[in-house]
Amino acid sequence: MKSLGQIFSGGARQFGMVFALLALVLAFQVWTGGKVLTSTNMQNIINGNSYVLILAIGMVLVIIAGHIDLSVGSVAAVTGIIVALAIRDWGFPWWAGILLGLGVGAVIGAWQGFLVAYVGIPGFITTLAGMMLFRGANQAIGQSNTIPVPDEIQYLGAGYLPEWGPGTGLNNSTLLLGVVAIAALVWRESRRRASERRLGAEPVPMWAVVTRVAILSLVIVGLTYVFGSGRVGTSFPVAGVILLVLALVYAFVSNRTITGRHVYAVGGNRAAAALSGVNIKRTNFFVMLNMSVLASLAGIVFIGRSTASGPFDGTNWELDAIAAVFIGGAAVSGGVGTVVGSIIGGLVMAVLNNGLQLMGVGSDSTQMIKGLVLLAAVAFDVYNKTQGRPSIIGLLLQNRRRQTLLEGGTADPAVPDAPAPEPATRS
Amino acid sequence: MSTAPVILEMRSITKTFPGVRALDEVSLTVHAGEIHAICGENGAGKSTLMKVLSGVYPHGTYEGQVVYEGAEVRFHDIRASEAAGIVIIHQELALIPELSIVENIFLGNEVRGPFGIDWETARARAVELMARVGLDASPDDQIKNIGVGKQQLVEIARALAKDVRLLILDEPTSALNEDDSAHLLDLLRGLRAKGLTCIMISHKLNEITDVADAITIIRDGRSVETLSSGGGQVSEDRIIQGMVGRALESRFPERHPSIGETFFEVRDWTVEHPQVPGRLVCKGSSFHVRRGEIVGFAGIMGAGRTELARSLFGRTYGRYLRGQILKDGTPIEAHTVQQAIDHGIAYVPEDRKALGLNLLDSIEDTVVAAALEKVAERGVIDGTRVHQAAERYRRSLNVKTPSVRVGVSKLSGGNQQKVLLGKWMFTEPDLLILDEPTRGIDVGAKYEIYGLIHRLADAGKGVVVISSELPELLGLCDRIYTLFEGSITGDVDHDDATQENLMRLMTGASSVMSN
Repeated sequence: MKSLGQIFSGGARQFGMVFALLALVLAFQVWTGGKVLTSTNMQNIINGNSYVLILAIGMVLVIIAGHIDLSVGSVAAVTGIIVALAIRDWGFPWWAGILLGLGVGAVIGAWQGFLVAYVGIPGFITTLAGMMLFRGANQAIGQSNTIPVPDEIQYLGAGYLPEWGPGTGLNNSTLLLGVVAIAALVWRESRRRASERRLGAEPVPMWAVVTRVAILSLVIVGLTYVFGSGRVGTSFPVAGVILLVLALVYAFVSNRTITGRHVYAVGGNRAAAALSGVNIKRTNFFVMLNMSVLASLAGIVFIGRSTASGPFDGTNWELDAIAAVFIGGAAVSGGVGTVVGSIIGGLVMAVLNNGLQLMGVGSDSTQMIKGLVLLAAVAFDVYNKTQGRPSIIGLLLQNRRRQTLLEGGTADPAVPDAPAPEPATRS
Repeated sequence: MSTAPVILEMRSITKTFPGVRALDEVSLTVHAGEIHAICGENGAGKSTLMKVLSGVYPHGTYEGQVVYEGAEVRFHDIRASEAAGIVIIHQELALIPELSIVENIFLGNEVRGPFGIDWETARARAVELMARVGLDASPDDQIKNIGVGKQQLVEIARALAKDVRLLILDEPTSALNEDDSAHLLDLLRGLRAKGLTCIMISHKLNEITDVADAITIIRDGRSVETLSSGGGQVSEDRIIQGMVGRALESRFPERHPSIGETFFEVRDWTVEHPQVPGRLVCKGSSFHVRRGEIVGFAGIMGAGRTELARSLFGRTYGRYLRGQILKDGTPIEAHTVQQAIDHGIAYVPEDRKALGLNLLDSIEDTVVAAALEKVAERGVIDGTRVHQAAERYRRSLNVKTPSVRVGVSKLSGGNQQKVLLGKWMFTEPDLLILDEPTRGIDVGAKYEIYGLIHRLADAGKGVVVISSELPELLGLCDRIYTLFEGSITGDVDHDDATQENLMRLMTGASSVMSN
């Protein structure tokens, strides 16, 4: 138990969740007779879900702060139609079209942020209204037509990393990405150990760290091979790269910046945050603004993938994003959640969708299964919370918000080697 | 002594919470048809006793016997006690603001007809009940549109609708103005004449001496004495003596104050209630704090101590009307919490869990929460500095935890309070306002907190302590201000302060300044 805990602990907080996702992938690999882990299928999973995962990144911040955003699908749709029209009819070059799209997202975000933070209309209502408003706007602006987009935009949503250099048998860009990922993993792990030593905490044993790095590296190697060895002209999708960059940036912002900490503080205890000098309104404004900007980015990526902007783009995306966030361990009451957890939550849904489809399960059953998975994940969380234990997903994630003793070492001999201290420490 | 039969006898009631003995062999005897007042300081155990009686704490969670109307009763919840005719009206009224008077009177006690609720009968009965309590309003008025005095009458009408035989009122007049209070007391007298028995918890001693037939005094969870008072035979002084009559234990660290110049001053601070325009919660308060001085704020609940502190701390309570804050002789602007923190003011709230801590946070995240910029470089937080800061306070405040990465929710109350103090000490304030710093923590931890407060003062900071425990203020403070209904009524030096004269100033009794 202890050794398992040491592998899971600390830096690779998402490791346990990654493990669950892997198990799901492997299970479907077996059930479908090997159809999941093929280059084409994996590329499809990334391309077909990247926009929802981008939304999940913004949505987790909104939910941590204690709000919800139902308008993201419509915001993505209205951005899509404006970008498509701007490039085709209004003479915008493709890059200016993208900037215009992000600008549209910022304006919408500022509008909704203003209503939520400064006027005080609940996010649910503001964005329910936004959902109708911007859906209608999409159809009014595009006159319910489907407008095609140029190749540059399509490259964002459906393109692949380019090939170059010597023939290695794999796509070299993908290979490079894999190497960089492993290097970053090792670097992070060593930095973590150094900082632990500096702070005088008892470090996790070397063998545990090595095992952890080895397992994760193996996963990366496997992914590099799968993505890099597809048919000619394909590799790791560009949309996946956008997603990776966003995930890294937002994981950093949420954990390591004052802005990010304020989001957690507002959602965790609004009154205490206010009395600690946190500007509640500004924080709420930020999360709503940020969400809409990410929604427009998702909209741009999507019209790239579907090669055109249409009147029903983005329908029900908000629900997929919200489900991803809650499967990823966020709390309905706010204050809890992680960016990486939400992405993994989204991937769990994506793999479920994909695997069931490959197995020939109809969309009716697929929806029911997804609904039950969402319910089960959150029910587990709620049950564990009422039992005073950390949530299963929180436990798997071992994230910053639910600290266990493992990370701090066992400085106090009175505390047993349990993963979490059950009784309150009495003075 | 009353010759009426005994309606209620509580025998040797003992109620313990983890680590605290809230009631220790408390006995209470109430005769039928009397108004029986229960007096005691905040935290003496009055409300706990009433919760035992009304079944909020079910039978089995306390020791002792409750004998009601001649037989032992064992209530398992509020419904059981209400079925027996015992109704409690809490200090915070339990009315639904959006519903009408008639709907509120029969909430949970609906008049059933063959087709759902029989509103016609309910209305007719409501009108009759409203007449009985002298409530002049339409039964269809919404609760939010009638004044708090009338709301209190609705509560009583609601109790009468339940065929109440023993009515318990917890601080019934604390939110009422003088006219409404007088009306309410008249109503109680009228109900008594019709045979209703009342138990009344109140801090307002003049009302008690006025209306009560018998007075039971509770102190530190023990029943001290029962005085019978047939209309003003017991003086306020006699009650105060009973409430505070205890020797000061030596539970405070020794202190050798070295008090410097006045550096913090508040002038004519006037603040309006956030929801009720025209109701002032701070009425032109002026006070000052010197360097190295520990200043106490004494007052009964609702006197406006917390309201004053929070309105000073970035105007986080009420609506500012006028007044000035001066630091080192210069007026300062503290319109937001951030500005207040920047000016070296810290406020440690009374309700740790609701207002002080984010219970999802670890100790280290909590310590830096009010001064993130001190551990960050251009907005990016340095985890090492966070950890080091937290470790520093863990050691200096003696927080008992295996690691600063443990969640604050896992700490005991005393350790949570220390972490909260650490959070505000990390902002490097000049003035700390501590609101009930020892509420709900055990004696050992209290002693440590007192020591910390001394250390802060010795370091030249000004410390304001708000406390409902007079012995605590007397043991800790160099000077004590008393507040009553939003006004500062006294400024008493440590050497002149006694529980009696403070209590007199706090209850608005005929105030004679001692110096």
